[in-house]
Amino acid sequence: MQISGAQMVIEALIKEGVDTVFGYPGGAIMNVYDEIYKQDGFEHILTRHEQAAIHAAEGYSKISGKVGVAMITSGPGFTNAVTGLADAYMDSVPLVVISGQVPMTLIGTDAFQEIDSVGISRSCTKHNYLVTDAADLPRILKEAFYIANSGRPGPVHVDIPKDVTAQIAEFDYDFEVELETYKPTTKGNYRQIKKAVDAIANASRPLFYLGGGIINSNASDEIRELVKLTGIPAVETFMARGVLGHENPLLISMLGMHGSYAANMAMSETDLVIGIGARFDDRVTGKLSEFAKNAGVIHVDIDPASISKLVKANYPIVGDVKSVVNDMTTIAREKVDKQRYEPWLETIANFERLHPLSYNEDTPNLKPQWVIEKVGEMLGDNANISTDVGQHQMWTAQFYPFSRPRQFSSSGGLGTMGFGFPSAIGVKKADKERVSINFTGDGSILMNIQELMTSVEKKLPVINIILNNNYLGMVRQWQTLFYNKRHSETDLSTQPDFVKLAESFGGVGYVVRTKKEFEDALNDAIKKDVVALIDVKIERLENVMPMVPAGGSLFNMMLENKGDK
Amino acid sequence: MNEISQRRVISVIVINESSVLSRITDLFSARGYNIESLTVAPIPESKYSRLTIVTSGSLRVSEQITKQLHKLIPILKVIEHEDIVEKEMALVKFSLDEDISAIDTLAQAYNGKIVNVGDNSVIAMVADESKRVGNFLKAIQKYNPKEIVRSGAVALER
Repeated sequence: MQISGAQMVIEALIKEGVDTVFGYPGGAIMNVYDEIYKQDGFEHILTRHEQAAIHAAEGYSKISGKVGVAMITSGPGFTNAVTGLADAYMDSVPLVVISGQVPMTLIGTDAFQEIDSVGISRSCTKHNYLVTDAADLPRILKEAFYIANSGRPGPVHVDIPKDVTAQIAEFDYDFEVELETYKPTTKGNYRQIKKAVDAIANASRPLFYLGGGIINSNASDEIRELVKLTGIPAVETFMARGVLGHENPLLISMLGMHGSYAANMAMSETDLVIGIGARFDDRVTGKLSEFAKNAGVIHVDIDPASISKLVKANYPIVGDVKSVVNDMTTIAREKVDKQRYEPWLETIANFERLHPLSYNEDTPNLKPQWVIEKVGEMLGDNANISTDVGQHQMWTAQFYPFSRPRQFSSSGGLGTMGFGFPSAIGVKKADKERVSINFTGDGSILMNIQELMTSVEKKLPVINIILNNNYLGMVRQWQTLFYNKRHSETDLSTQPDFVKLAESFGGVGYVVRTKKEFEDALNDAIKKDVVALIDVKIERLENVMPMVPAGGSLFNMMLENKGDK
Repeated sequence: MNEISQRRVISVIVINESSVLSRITDLFSARGYNIESLTVAPIPESKYSRLTIVTSGSLRVSEQITKQLHKLIPILKVIEHEDIVEKEMALVKFSLDEDISAIDTLAQAYNGKIVNVGDNSVIAMVADESKRVGNFLKAIQKYNPKEIVRSGAVALER
């Protein structure tokens, strides 16, 4: 059929099964918004800032497992969205982001709201397109969804000039994507997998090192089975929280800069790292030359460039985690004897007894870790969790009892403050049955506070739990530890009245100083079912511990929480 | 062993479409890889172009370059050469006052010749291995070259 470029966008989104688009209109994308007005195939969620539209799409994607879709206009609309694109790129979140562009006739003339969008997004997307002819739109949109959600997932940006959205051309969406130059490997090399399992069977102290790629591959069940079958202990990265579930006896904890002592010691003592869907990030490895120094390395990843990038893999396996783990399990059934690793489990249990993840309630003020544990106790599996970035984020990763994959949406690689609230809105849209919690800080929450309006208008209630220490806490912690307590520009004592702020948008607000007040506030916020800001006044100088100082070795952890006292 | 930096020649076969060259050069600058020379031209009777990139780095870095290039969607093939025939061209302009016959003789030793004679200058061309082109350019210094242009290397596996 012959339709306009704008109509093609709508038709393609519907055919891709999209039920939600997050976005913000503007001049260059108006033809498409005109078609959005006329259709009822998907819901459009108007955020109050383009960056929030992308983060909401990320939250939606992380919880639903579907491709997130966002739409923005040219120029400032696009540049506002760049942080979101970069965030999704770092964390391998599948997104299709469609932006308007000035008409083809004006490109290159410094026109109103013109910027070289594909030039900017090139380095922070998996792929991007500038559409120069409406006849190409069906192919490009179909490729965009395919590329975003295959191989190592990531954001794809499609920039469409205004005259192309008005141009009439033939629309046919009934074809298969055929990309000669892009064919991700999914099946791992069987002989290599067999060698890897042989190495596992011969190791004395093997350790699973589980990453976010497992969630992207929807392989958590398969991993749980393999871990149980082999009886080999596991550590999770920040991005993998929820893969094994907090009750799994073989899960040690998170590893890395703020990982547990036992997790980091296990990584330092292991003789075989079994890395699955993880990328040996610097926040995980600490000092590279000391990382798992005496260990062989198995590395399973769908992205060949992740393998041997930082840590040399002795058994590199390129493939989709799910397929490779299934093969590993089949072979392991015959070869691996779980009793072999029992002494190793005993060693790890000793590490755990020596320095368990813990905190002291040694001050009258609420401790942030208590608040997170309390939410876990009250809601547990009935909540999906977003966070912003900073101390509260690390405490959440340490202390929230995650029980399933796709329960957690946070900004890992890029570390984007302001991610949490819009993410939690997208999360609520993807899963309306569960409570959408955003653990945030008094710094981060103000970076996308305008989303109170989106949450109220679209009836997508989010409970924002502000762990308020009147500091830009993580930076303050580093200043305390490494800059001789010179707290340069991190004292955030000048604050809004968060209760009035929430109320002015039509939400609810609470100030909380005691345990009782916190429980009451959370219960009330759940009951009221509108957007909430719970301003929890916590101990100001609490540090995130344990900690591996940047560039230090995993086995050299700071353990005690001395604060500034 | 893996960390010794050396000169490497990589050929890249890409779909000949707009912005594909910037995807490649952006990748090099974003990841801090070095480009010594880069040539690009369409492959006859196909929708592809071929780039020859001369870079330097350790084995680990060059493996990463190859893998990261592979990840770019419009790239069909990345070939890291070991046993290659490599050629580069250079054009050099001299004043007519210089010893033209000596320059011509020299150029011929490097697979070249005088290719243009103008009113007050001549242009010599050589085509040889990059290292030999470098030697030629040193050798002609005494004839006061007015302008020099090098093409960058092209290479084929033996």
